[in-house]
Amino acid sequence: MDQFVHSVTLETRLCNGCTNCIKRCPTQAIRVRGGKAVIEAERCIDCGECIRLCPHRAKRAVSDPLALLGHFEYRVAIVPPSLYVQYNHQKNQDLVLDALCRAGFDDVFEEAAAAELISDATSRIMATGGAARPVISSACPAVTRLIRVRFPELIDHMLPLVPPMELAARMAKKTAAEKTGLPEEKIGCIAIVPCPAKVTMRRAPVGSSRSALDGAVSAAEIYPKLLALMDGSRTPPHRASAGAAGLAWAASGGEALCLSGVENHLVADGMESIIRVLEDLEDEKYDQIDFVELRACPGGCLGGSLQLENPYIARTKLKRMQRTAAGAVNRLSGGVPTEMLWDTDLTYAPVLELGATRVERFERYNRMQTILKTLPGLDCGACGAPSCEALAEDVVRGAAQVSDCVLLRCRQLEARLRSKERKGGAGE
Amino acid sequence: MSEPIRLEYTVPGDDFARAGEASADLKATLKKLGVPAAAVRRISIALYEGEINLAIHAGGGNIDVAIGDEDVEMVLSDQGPGISDVEQAMQEGFSTASAEVRSLGFGAGMGLPNMKRYTDEFHIQSTVGVGTTITMRVNID
Repeated sequence: MDQFVHSVTLETRLCNGCTNCIKRCPTQAIRVRGGKAVIEAERCIDCGECIRLCPHRAKRAVSDPLALLGHFEYRVAIVPPSLYVQYNHQKNQDLVLDALCRAGFDDVFEEAAAAELISDATSRIMATGGAARPVISSACPAVTRLIRVRFPELIDHMLPLVPPMELAARMAKKTAAEKTGLPEEKIGCIAIVPCPAKVTMRRAPVGSSRSALDGAVSAAEIYPKLLALMDGSRTPPHRASAGAAGLAWAASGGEALCLSGVENHLVADGMESIIRVLEDLEDEKYDQIDFVELRACPGGCLGGSLQLENPYIARTKLKRMQRTAAGAVNRLSGGVPTEMLWDTDLTYAPVLELGATRVERFERYNRMQTILKTLPGLDCGACGAPSCEALAEDVVRGAAQVSDCVLLRCRQLEARLRSKERKGGAGE
Repeated sequence: MSEPIRLEYTVPGDDFARAGEASADLKATLKKLGVPAAAVRRISIALYEGEINLAIHAGGGNIDVAIGDEDVEMVLSDQGPGISDVEQAMQEGFSTASAEVRSLGFGAGMGLPNMKRYTDEFHIQSTVGVGTTITMRVNID
């Protein structure tokens, strides 16, 4: 199913079956079975949390290889603002954009330029009440996917706009087609991405029926190639087209800061924090917030699991770059164009429910409670499920057995040995 | 018709850090059970208000939940001071909460009215010196 296409995968050879990833997955999508981690496709939201914390580097994001460039006659790089600050000593965007043009791209399009337009569109949509308050940003695809599986009541609050990366690709494709006269399929719009969620966004977009992106190359992979092509003695041609406002989007809080006429905003980043906020938003615990910016990665896109630079150092570099840039360079001239809007409704994917029918869900729930009483309650993870409750749930779903509990097996073995000893003692 | 699923919670008095645990747990359970999202929201909000009331006014209390095929029933009972004028307590903005509690952002006098607003049935029975029992029901069909 297209809806559950993923880019986070497991390098089976490297996985030693430890419990680090199962414990921290925000949708409990990972189990260890037969000594190896298994990702449940329906639940995974491609947040990349497991890639970040796997001590054995067994979790990977499957992005597209740079060789993909060879498939197209004209190639445009879709460049995220976070890329500039992966490198040191960047005065502005030009050196990185120049390196991309020398790495095989015919042109570049800055995501930051598209972001500035999205800020404009957001302000307009909010002024006209185009989404329920508080409006939740739709820029982070992992957040959108999380809301889709865990917070159905908040779907109406999502900003119905495509993320900057997608808008940039749509605009770039149009511009390139006009410039070259080539049909769109011969033009490759390839994004440099900071995280697996954005790789997935190309293959299985949420909110849009199709993506204008033709590829997603990992920022970490292209890093050394661009570094080798950066020549400090050369004055790169001026290609930058975005201002400080667009650049701000690289860090958590940047999107909210760029909104005009929106006074009360909430900013949160990192999976645990955003889940807390979403739970409270669902319960209507804050009544004076207009806009909510959430980013799955700590620090925002600068903290993406495919980034190399320490996100806090990157943030400092970003601030320095913003100081010398113009404010917001790109503005919407008319209304909000349709190419910026979602064309598909986001629908709730009830993958966390216990069963398909109410009777089944109730029956499974009751059985789960009975099983839970027999489990030790240590949430050790040795069975391969993140908690005793998750094991009980797996058992009633038919995916595990109570005897998978290592501690329970130990206790039973111990009891058997004891009773044998006693019987043996009585016989003497 | 299946037997309703029963859950019990104990709310400690004056422990604001823990008030909200019951409604959070109930919400997670209802989602697993596939109760429609709009009903989950109403139940969760109403129960949270009730938990806060138990913590602020009653020195704690108990919550009994029954999740049936057609509705969710929540019974909140306490042995607190009781409410002398229930009609007045049901008015929006009326509160007997201390200044200290209000400074924490609670005690705005919206608890009981909100509980009534978000539920399909709401009954309150209170005796001064004995305690209060509130029964709330939300349709889930």
